[in-house]
Amino acid sequence: MLKFLIRRILLAISVAVCVSILTFGLLHIATDPAIAIAGEDASAEEIQSLRIAYGFDRPLYVQYADWLSKAVRGDLGVSPYFGLEVRSLIADRLPITIKLGSLSIIFALVLGIPLGVIAAIYPNTLIDRLSLSVAVFGQAIPNFWFGLLLIYVMSVQLRLLPASGTEGIQSFIMPMIVLGTNAVPAIMRLTRTGMLEVLGSDYIRTAWAKGMLPRQVYVKHALRNAVVPVVSVAAIQAAHMLGGSIVVEAVFALHGLGSLAYESILRSDIPTMQAIIILFSSFFIIFSALSDIANAYIDPRIRIL
Amino acid sequence: MSDVSESFEIPKREAEPWRLLVGRMLHHKGVMIGGLILVVVVLAAVFAPFITQYDPLQQSLSGRLQPPFWMERGSADHVLGTDHLGRDYLARLLYGARVSLLIGFTTALISGSIGTFLGVLAGYFGGRTDSVVMFLVTVKLSIPTILVALAVVQLVGGSLQIVILVLGLLLWHQFAVVTRATTMQIRGMDYITAAETVGCSTFRILLTEVLPNVLNQIIVVLTLTMASAILIEAALSFLGVGVQPPTPSWGIMIAEGKQHLFFKPWLVMIPGVALLVVVLAINLLGDGMRDVTAPEKR
Repeated sequence: MLKFLIRRILLAISVAVCVSILTFGLLHIATDPAIAIAGEDASAEEIQSLRIAYGFDRPLYVQYADWLSKAVRGDLGVSPYFGLEVRSLIADRLPITIKLGSLSIIFALVLGIPLGVIAAIYPNTLIDRLSLSVAVFGQAIPNFWFGLLLIYVMSVQLRLLPASGTEGIQSFIMPMIVLGTNAVPAIMRLTRTGMLEVLGSDYIRTAWAKGMLPRQVYVKHALRNAVVPVVSVAAIQAAHMLGGSIVVEAVFALHGLGSLAYESILRSDIPTMQAIIILFSSFFIIFSALSDIANAYIDPRIRIL
Repeated sequence: MSDVSESFEIPKREAEPWRLLVGRMLHHKGVMIGGLILVVVVLAAVFAPFITQYDPLQQSLSGRLQPPFWMERGSADHVLGTDHLGRDYLARLLYGARVSLLIGFTTALISGSIGTFLGVLAGYFGGRTDSVVMFLVTVKLSIPTILVALAVVQLVGGSLQIVILVLGLLLWHQFAVVTRATTMQIRGMDYITAAETVGCSTFRILLTEVLPNVLNQIIVVLTLTMASAILIEAALSFLGVGVQPPTPSWGIMIAEGKQHLFFKPWLVMIPGVALLVVVLAINLLGDGMRDVTAPEKR
């Protein structure tokens, strides 16, 4: 187990380093950061002095090494647009996105798991078809448009919920539904196939033969085993939600990390962009490593990597 | 002698595989419904100039924000009404379909080539090649797609070509995973061994033995990737960082209609429904193709 643990953590670190090299290179090749700071109509001398002041005249790998050595110590640089430390900008915006993300994953689990269980208990019935079509729609609906649709129905027509803002829990209901819906299809499908597989197994037949109540068979025996892969997918979906938060926060005017990312992209604010990209991918890398390790802990067969 | 002739029965000719495939496709509801919708949308996009006489860029200050025909004050002149600049909404919708389909299809082709190349190599050679490719896939999966696409497209400058290129480079992982798994399965098959024994070059084996046998899986992933490329393009354009106005893109139409959500909701609803229907159709087709091409997995 220890060997597996070490290998998995080393893999996670090397992936993180590769992602940071790739995105750092991509962002610096895509634009001249000095021009991005100075603006399109700055003179050549202004741009040149900015280039030297920020160190953009150095070779790219030196700049990357400099960035990396500071980043591992928690120094993410200064945002040229906001004029603040990137670290404090992120710390400011993080709580809203964390709140949105956790609400959304809870929403997705609360909707996806029961739908999957019901669909598996009554396979090929109307209920099964209905929950499958929920999944199909959830996959196809453009999340920004779904958000506008909800605003139109709930805020404009029914006047139930605020269309934007961060006051109270009501402001998070619609963003939660939109962001959570993205994860429902995967969770629902996986629960359904997992349950179908488990329900066909011998120990479930034994449980029925013992005369156990259906509720006990479904929840205690079947769901507990079927839910294991769902947990790891949910962890990955939770990390994906951070990416989706850009679109959702823009629609509902929430001032979280997603909208910070969006603003920094519109202002060509490279240090902020770079930091948020690394932060989002770190979430993904950590979550998938954790779910792998949890799976290996539960099922020793996986440990042979 | 007569006994012998009786024992030699002429075996019934088995139907050719592609005939079976087409037969299964014709009986699969998802494939038929999705395919039919998609064909209609493609035809509408291709023959847009014959369906509407309006230019999607032609503004008309006097005819702004006209409602569609089924609403009060709507007219048959502009079947789906006009937008805030007086442009015919049906024309913008039809020409917008061109943008969506073009981006979806070309993106899927680019990422399909990259992913298939990597996946087939990894599956065929295994060992170190496989480890490197799988590491690349893990790195790719760890990159937040929408965020990086937004950042790069904005920094380079939004245009149709840039969006296609960036999305093509960001959506190849599924192709790699699927073709790798299939190649591994067929790697030990007799016909591959036979080709090796005969002395075929590796390149030839990959091209004529392996590739045709992973084609089914590629087509399935191609459709699903096309759907996600269309959704991501719409999101980028909605955020103002993608295809640039006045090009009619459904994402841009929704973004422009957003200002009028309170009083003219149809400006947002019409392109949104179009987007939903197209993506739904492609997904139905893709899921259906998976059922049809892998009958053993049903």
